[in-house]
Amino acid sequence: MYKGGKIIASLIIFVAFLTFPFFYNMGKVNAGPENLDSNIKLTANTQCVEPASFMRANHMQLLNDWRQAYVRDGKTVYTNSQGKKFEINLDTCIKCHSTGAASNTAGVSNPALNTTGSSKTLASNSDQFCVSCHNYASVELTCWSCHSEPGGATK
Amino acid sequence: MSINRRQFLRRAGIVTALGLGGSFVINAAGSKLAEAAAESTYGTSTQGLAAKHWAMVVDMSKFKSKDDFKRVSQACDLIHNVPDIGNTKDEIKWIWEDDYEHTFSGGENEYLTESFKELPFVVMCNHCENPPCVKACPTGATFKRPDGIVDMDYHRCIGCRFCMGACPFSARSFNFRNPRPFIKENNPDYPTRTQGVVEKCIFCVERLAKGQKPACVEVSKGGLIFGDLDDPNSEVRKIISSKFTIRRKAELGTQPSVYYLVGGGEHA
Amino acid sequence: MLEKALTGSKKYWAWVFCLLAVIAVGVLAYLRQYSYGLGLTGMSRDVTWGLYIAQFTFLVGIAASAVMLVTPYYLHDFKKFGKMVILGEFLAIAAIIMCILFIFVDVGQPMRILNVLLYPQLHSVMFYDMCVLCGYLAINFIVGWTTIGAERKGTPSPKWVKPIIYLSIPWAFSIHTVTAFLYAGLPGRHFWLTAIMAARFLASAFAAGPSLLILLCLIVRKVSKFDPDPPGVGAIQSLVKIIRYAMIANVFFYICEVFTAFYSGLPEEMAPFKYAFVGLDGHASLVPFMWTATVLAFLGIALLIFPTRKNSVLLPIALISVFLANWIDKGIVLILAGFVPNSFGRVTEYFPSGNEIAIVLGVYAIGMLVLTIFYKVAISVREQNL
Repeated sequence: MYKGGKIIASLIIFVAFLTFPFFYNMGKVNAGPENLDSNIKLTANTQCVEPASFMRANHMQLLNDWRQAYVRDGKTVYTNSQGKKFEINLDTCIKCHSTGAASNTAGVSNPALNTTGSSKTLASNSDQFCVSCHNYASVELTCWSCHSEPGGATK
Repeated sequence: MSINRRQFLRRAGIVTALGLGGSFVINAAGSKLAEAAAESTYGTSTQGLAAKHWAMVVDMSKFKSKDDFKRVSQACDLIHNVPDIGNTKDEIKWIWEDDYEHTFSGGENEYLTESFKELPFVVMCNHCENPPCVKACPTGATFKRPDGIVDMDYHRCIGCRFCMGACPFSARSFNFRNPRPFIKENNPDYPTRTQGVVEKCIFCVERLAKGQKPACVEVSKGGLIFGDLDDPNSEVRKIISSKFTIRRKAELGTQPSVYYLVGGGEHA
Repeated sequence: MLEKALTGSKKYWAWVFCLLAVIAVGVLAYLRQYSYGLGLTGMSRDVTWGLYIAQFTFLVGIAASAVMLVTPYYLHDFKKFGKMVILGEFLAIAAIIMCILFIFVDVGQPMRILNVLLYPQLHSVMFYDMCVLCGYLAINFIVGWTTIGAERKGTPSPKWVKPIIYLSIPWAFSIHTVTAFLYAGLPGRHFWLTAIMAARFLASAFAAGPSLLILLCLIVRKVSKFDPDPPGVGAIQSLVKIIRYAMIANVFFYICEVFTAFYSGLPEEMAPFKYAFVGLDGHASLVPFMWTATVLAFLGIALLIFPTRKNSVLLPIALISVFLANWIDKGIVLILAGFVPNSFGRVTEYFPSGNEIAIVLGVYAIGMLVLTIFYKVAISVREQNL
């Protein structure tokens, strides 16, 4: 083969580069997210702003719509498909989705902050409702670089 | 059918492009479905304060001691988690004081006594009717609300700082670095900002929504008067229509909504 | 065709690796800035744009200047520029890439930069600037690559390129006009609030861009067998005429600005000029730059007017003078003096940080690398056709 050595060497480098993420993460296999219900403060029969199945699939869209409505349109009240009203605020989420056990830099609990210190590992801490899925899916959250929860509203 | 390498590559490229484009369409359709499933609505709270044109009058006769100024800016800083960076290069300011000579620069009167030139004034975002910052913003992160407030959407700001070049009042600050370590007392009720976005006074839109007046107005002991300029019976309107008030750089045509009542004495 | 950039002399590879080293330093500096924030630069609450945006502004001009070759060659059938036109187009590509990079490194939240496309604001000049810059990059890439590709095969350029070439002419004017409008439409910045800003931008671009291009041609002539201006053609001397008039127009426009500011006596109009030329309130960091630019501008014009323009030693000196004068004016002073004094009438100066300069050099090195690769391709094609 013409310039065979170079081609094969380049191919090896290319394949190594391509598969680097797999080797890098070898042995660090994450278990799936834990039983999320245990991370919810209120009783199991309390319903979220929308049905859990809807939230599971669309929470990001809903959060985006809430943000749009609150920040840009001055709308502060959300009426869900069953006619129930909610205040548009991250606190509304946090009231349930946090046990308030761990605390963030601001001295308040933060359901999305991995407080165990080791990044990118699944947290078994019960206070990490957002984090347990998001770490698993490797989708980094930026909410908490500004918001600090849960609310002083309840303080 | 035989195709050569070049044709293959070209066709592969086209198929990839179509695939990417198609996935956008599918995503868009998916979110439509989700919206339809929810059948939810968004509304405003009944307790919120509403107006057609929020405006502020600064009654300078009520600002006498250093404490009068401090109280106002501290209330704002505390509520909005405004960091104290500690140097003028990176500092963040929402409402602060500056002297007469510089606040109303351009109208130099060399015979003014030093004490007059150094007279402190309260300055903040002027919430212009024709805000140059809104015009400049390439993403709509700075926008004007129907009630006249020039608001910020920190989620959308890309930090290009075109608005800061456009603002004739230096009312805007940029987070040159992560502000969190510089916030002395964190107010968990209000978000902090993140590194790389622009911020400024927003006339406390979050408090207006809850039926409260802006934080600075509340602690100003009558020095700051806030109300609807569109309402002929409002206090701000009465003062502005019958007393001598001045605005910063009115000649630029941005129509600031912050009016300074000087030598006012008793009003309305 | 790109494979032609993969073979070259030892000197070629040494140059490429030098550039890669500078780029690596720039990338590291950028990573630092990315994690710390723009506080790592010299920019402040008062001077919110610094070297990055200034370089962007200057380089838009360099990109636009390709039109000074394209228009005569394609529109007026001015055959002399036949061999140089491709170098102009490739220079434009490199310049636009640098422009985009300078915007990118200047942004506080780079991950969100596509918000400009996601939420287009039709009242923001920056939106239009992004559109015209990307369009101009595409146009030059298509035109340059197609024409040199056709040349390699020894065939005439395909017919469909012609309309795109014609489109590139108004487009080149638009990129610099829109960039000028970024500044000229802001009510509070007196140094920029001037109707001849766009005209000034174009004049300075058509002086600085072709100057750089001729210097590049002289280098190409030295390092390769391809001569962009073979003996007897006189393409360079024709371009020199364009530079000369553009530079005279540029200086004239500047004098108009100075006259308006000082004859009217408006304090806010005069302050930035005072800051740039004599210093203000004891701050004078731009003064040496501005006077250097002034001297170089007149020196450049003088050398290009008289027969000295044909002297092979003095010509490069003249071109470097013109180029540097414009770079100081647009790549440093224009942006900074617009912010100093600030809107409170106070003077806050700006000094770039080391990290910032490393990023600037890194971006320039990327531009030069792109330019080197494109020029290598063009030169190889030309050498093969000799």
